[in-house]
Amino acid sequence: MERHILVVFPHPDDEAFGVSGTLALHAENGTPITYACLTLGEMGRNMGKPPFANRETLPLIRKKELEDACKIIGIKDLRLLGFRDKTIEFEDEELLSDRIGAIIAETNPSLIITFYPGYSVHPDHDACGAAVIRAVERLPKEKRPTVHCVAFAKNCEQELGKPDIVRDVSSVIDKKMAAIQAHRSQTEGLMKAASKRGGDALAWLKTERFWTYKWKKVL
Amino acid sequence: MQPIRVEEVQTALNRFANQDVYLHLETTNGAYASHHNERFFSAGAYIRNGRIRFSRGKIVGKGPYRVGLRLDFGWVYAEGLTDWEVTDKGQLLLAGHDYEGKLAVALQLSYEPF
Ligand SMILES: [Zn+2]
Repeated sequence: MERHILVVFPHPDDEAFGVSGTLALHAENGTPITYACLTLGEMGRNMGKPPFANRETLPLIRKKELEDACKIIGIKDLRLLGFRDKTIEFEDEELLSDRIGAIIAETNPSLIITFYPGYSVHPDHDACGAAVIRAVERLPKEKRPTVHCVAFAKNCEQELGKPDIVRDVSSVIDKKMAAIQAHRSQTEGLMKAASKRGGDALAWLKTERFWTYKWKKVL
Repeated sequence: MQPIRVEEVQTALNRFANQDVYLHLETTNGAYASHHNERFFSAGAYIRNGRIRFSRGKIVGKGPYRVGLRLDFGWVYAEGLTDWEVTDKGQLLLAGHDYEGKLAVALQLSYEPF
């Protein structure tokens, strides 16, 4: 059992598809979870059809959705770091790692979950993962928590190999679906498309995959 | 937001002319466009709270619509606009939603920074 899990993602809903089953399982075991979400997804493109959100109201809607998803998953400690969507890669790298490093120092996690830098498609995902890795690398090797990374770039298996952690989350699939649905503004269209695709989409959601980050050897 | 009504948007645009106002302008294909389709060339641009002053703003087209703002030394322009709204702060929000309802372009004006 983990002592404390720290999740670091840039967007509300990043936790829903890839890791909410894993987190729900840990929460059911009584492991405390802290979720540091860097932005409010201010630049999301889904506004509803017909549009029920606009550029200015979207952040508040997504904040509420994120809070709802956290409740469903069992995340009791949600930190909103106040960066702006699509700007993470342009931020001061040290400042990002300082902010994340402070949360690591405070919560002393045994496991951190984030995106695999370079293999996570969205520039914010890659920059977020890189900031987490930099923050953890500041710690001496023996004090570093394990880092499990989510990756979904087309070349990720080719370059990283198969994910070393493949977890069946079917026992908490109801919570996972509810967490995805909580992010209604962003996921409604996607879920409609998925339900048309049927069984394979559900099978995909029942499994979660992680790559344990391998620390570079010190030169 | 509501589908654009040209005359009402034109009236709203006129209210922002000839004074310092704040501009939000963005175009986007989304960060996943090239992930879903490798042959898709993803491009976009974004400015938030650019302070501008325009002498003339105009909406044209049959829908989706185009808006151009004549600056002292240049232009602001957006195309593909479909929906509009005036917020309770008096901000004019214009957006273009694609056939799936996703935001593709936004042009917004405000008297105060967004
Ligand atoms: Zn994301």
